[in-house]
Order: sequence, then C-alpha cells, then structure tokens
Amino acid sequence: MSAIAPGNRGDGRRVFVAAILLVLLLVPTPMLRAAPLVADLSNHLIAITTDFTGTDVLLFGAVDGPGDVVVVVRGPVTDVAVRRKGRIAGVWVNRDSVEFVSVPSFYAVASTRPLDEVMDEATRRRHTIGLDTLQFALMPGSDVDETDEFRAALERIKMRQLLYWPNPIEVNFLGDTLFRTDIWFPSNVPIGSYVIEVLLVRDGAVVSAQTTPLVISKIGIGADVFEWAHRQSLLYGLATVAMALLAGWIAHLVFRRI
Amino acid sequence: MQVYLPIAEMSLDVFLLLGLGGAIGFLSGMFGVGGGFLLTPMLIFIGVPPAVAVATQANQVVASSVSGVLAHWSRGNVDFRMGLVLLAGGMLGSTAGVFLFGILKQVGQIDLVIALAYVVLLAFIGVTMLQESIRALLRRRRTKGPARKLHQHTWVHGLPFKMRFRKSRLYISALLPIAVGFFVGILAALMGVGGAFLMVPAMIYLLGMPTTVVVGTSLFQIIFVAINVTLLHSVENQTVDAVLGLILVLGGVVGAQIGGRLGGRLKGDQLRVLLALIVFIVGAGLAYELVAVPDEIYSIAPLGIPL
Repeated sequence: MSAIAPGNRGDGRRVFVAAILLVLLLVPTPMLRAAPLVADLSNHLIAITTDFTGTDVLLFGAVDGPGDVVVVVRGPVTDVAVRRKGRIAGVWVNRDSVEFVSVPSFYAVASTRPLDEVMDEATRRRHTIGLDTLQFALMPGSDVDETDEFRAALERIKMRQLLYWPNPIEVNFLGDTLFRTDIWFPSNVPIGSYVIEVLLVRDGAVVSAQTTPLVISKIGIGADVFEWAHRQSLLYGLATVAMALLAGWIAHLVFRRI
Repeated sequence: MQVYLPIAEMSLDVFLLLGLGGAIGFLSGMFGVGGGFLLTPMLIFIGVPPAVAVATQANQVVASSVSGVLAHWSRGNVDFRMGLVLLAGGMLGSTAGVFLFGILKQVGQIDLVIALAYVVLLAFIGVTMLQESIRALLRRRRTKGPARKLHQHTWVHGLPFKMRFRKSRLYISALLPIAVGFFVGILAALMGVGGAFLMVPAMIYLLGMPTTVVVGTSLFQIIFVAINVTLLHSVENQTVDAVLGLILVLGGVVGAQIGGRLGGRLKGDQLRVLLALIVFIVGAGLAYELVAVPDEIYSIAPLGIPL
C-alpha cells in the first residue's frame, strides 16, 4: 500500500516503470486517451478508533460515455465455522458444525441498475458479482449433509451484521459522466485489506475495470491494546494485573482515609 | 458516549459500563461479596462475548481482593500457612481450568459451559442467601438458635499428610485445603469469579477454621489465583480486555465506597433478601436463554484472524 519501496526493490521498480513506458510508446495513440473509467475513494484508510461506530466511504469517479457502473467490495478472507444448535435435555447446545474455507469477511455490490438488467448470468458469474456467485469451499473432513443450510445461515448472519449486502447498493450518476456511491462499514467491520473493484459495463460486456485498495485497521489506544494483547500476550497480561493491583491498592488507601 | 472495546471488538456505551460497574460495586460494598458472579452474567447480557467477560472479570477480582486483603492483613486476620496450601491447589486448579477453557472455546462449547455453570452457581448462592436471611429474620424473633458444635471429628481427620496451622488452631491433612483450592481454582478460570462464596463455607464447615481468619485468608489466596487466571487467559486465549476492565474498576471502586457507607446504616437481613432476589433473577434470565427457542440456531465463528 505504500509507494516507497525500500533499498534494492527500487531497481526492480525502475525496470518495471521503464517497461510500462515502452509498452505505452508502442501501442497506438487512441489507447493513450483518457481511460474509460476512473474511480477513487474518499478515504483509503478506515481507522477504527476507540469511538468508532461505523463509517461511510464515498466512492466516486467518471466514465467516458454511457454505460452501467458496478462496484464490488470484498473484505479479507478467513476460514469460518458455522455451528448449529440442537436441543439436548431441554438445553440448546451447539451440535453440528461445518467449516468453510476462504470466506470473505465483507461483501457488498453496488450498481446503477439491477444486476440482471446490466449483464447476463454468465458474465455475472465470471466476475463473481452477487452473493450467489461466491464459492464457499468446505473444509476437508466436514461430514454434515445439509451444507446448503449452513451456507444459507452463514449468509443470513453476515447480512444481519451488515457485513454482506444481498441487494446492490445504488450507484448514482451526476450528469452523464460522474458517478458516486456510499458504502457503509459498520462498527463490527473486520480489519484487513479490502479490494474495491469498479466495472464499466456496456451492452452486457465489461469494457473497463479498476481496482482500488481500502485498508481497515485499528488505530490509537484500541489498536495498541489489541496488537499488544496478541503479540506480547504475557507482557500484556502482566500489565493488566499490575493495573488491577494498583487500582486495588489505591482503593484501599481511599477507603481507609474516608 | 460509545467506547470501542479492543478485545471484545465491539462498541458499548461508557456510562452503561460505569453504571454497571458502580451498581455491582455498590452491592459488593454493601454485602461484602466480590460481585463477580453478578457482573459477568450482566456483561454477557449486554452482548460482551462470554469468554471476554470471564477473563476480564478475573482481572477485576485481583483489584477487589487486594483492597480487601490489605484491610484484613493490618488486623492480622490472614493465616498465611493455610493460604499457601490453598494456593497450591488453587494454582493447579486454575491452570487446568484455563486450558479446559481453551479447549471448550475451540470446540464451540465455552459459552454453553459458562452459562450452565452460572445458572447452577446463582441458584446455589440464591438459595443459600435466602436460607441464611430467613433464618436470621426468624432468629431475631426467637433470639434462640441452635448452637453449633465447635469441633466435630469426621472422616476428614483420618486423611494423611497432616499439617499444623497455628493461626487457625488446626491439625489437619494438607490434602483437604489443596482439594478445596483446586476446585475453586477451576471455577475461577471458567467463570472469572473469586469463589469466596464457596471457599468461605468450605473453610468454616469442611476445614473447621475460625471465622476471624477465614475471609482474610481466602482473599489472600484469591489474589494469586486471579493473577494466575488473568495471565493464562492473556497468553492462551487473548480474552482479557484492558479497556473494559479499567472502566469497570473505576465504576466499581466508587460504587463499593458508596455501598460500604450505606450498608452500615441499613438493616442487613432485609437487604440480603433483596440481593438473593437479584441473584435469582439473573440466574433465571440465564436459564431462560438456555432453554428458550433461539431466534437463530446457527452461529458463526471465524477461525483465525482475516487475511
């Protein structure tokens, strides 16, 4: 995400830039005109501070002519266990469990028009646009039959947490070329690197695409505490104990005085 | 004002947390109970993950026990020899408990075990308290209660590894306090409670310790068990939330002070009935959530941190 590469990686970058310039010189001039699609975010870093309650990110851009804009937001992937409760002696207990591999922690689609009007099913599947196109692979060793139900439950819970958006969010055009949309990230949004893909669709075909990174990370005291708790957990534990001992001692002094 | 809790990974209202810590601190100051057994279920009710609630609460116990033990120490009411033997059992029990906690968390049963343990515990405490206060109320009317024998000789005194505890005026097997410590240690790890409500009766009735040294000695060993639990939870499960803990301590200290002052002026027995009722209500709430048909029978848990 940083543009500055350290030390010896600088040489490789220079070669890379030179190669791109060479290619640009060789291609016919029409390609050098303004890109058909340009998009950017109002913010490439969402900082989860101690008073974070969720935030909107504005995605805006311009296209060089008529067409539909489709935006896909994908969060970092993780393996997820989906558990189902069953009743044992009157008490609800987690009984069956299915584990899915590489489940996106966040998934949202935004579009200028309903997706089925923008492109056909095959194109949509090829670009994995829409919740139903996501592939959730099973962890080897899962022995439960009704995995469809577990997958549906996973999607349902993620939707309730506002981490999956079943229906496309609206992308609005301002005039003929400028577009914008707001993407909502709730307070429970998972941290990590997000990829936002913006597609320009004309006559059912994707004619241009651009991807933009978005980093969601914990910043400030909250982040330091989380980092510390996970990286140096013993030191963190000792510090919390020290804090408790100090609090207890101060309380003792206060109680005795008054 | 919302505050983000970094380990619980959620935002909660800071005044709600201060109020909760204060209210429980108020009760603990008034009745001289730890309050962990009420605070942990309350945290679970407002949405804190049970694993975080328990581990953070264990840290609270450290704070409240320190202020308590210092007061008892200055009056010479701590049997350190007995405390160390209890502690040996407590360390073993709490260590075993934290590892058990980790395994249960991994297989997705920790929330259930915590809730079940609390239902049993709260029912037990509620019944004991109610019994005690009803007996006290009756005693006030009749003024004559049955006298308890000072020392009874039972199978307990036939156990090996006998030790002399001068301060407690006891000559008993070390296995007994170790077992008591072990059992309470497991509870401390699984439930985040100090366990005085079990430890104190066990010390009086099972070990036969004089009541003057019971509270100070149990507090003394609870500090170290709670420290052990906090450290192990930090290292093994990363579930101790320092921000949540700090807010609760602040509320708790102020609440305990007010509770302690008011408690001296009000009639204890009626209040005890009130506390017993609160305990019953919280326990019933937890029990209801266990048996009621859930809105969603599925739940999801990420395996590892998203990449």
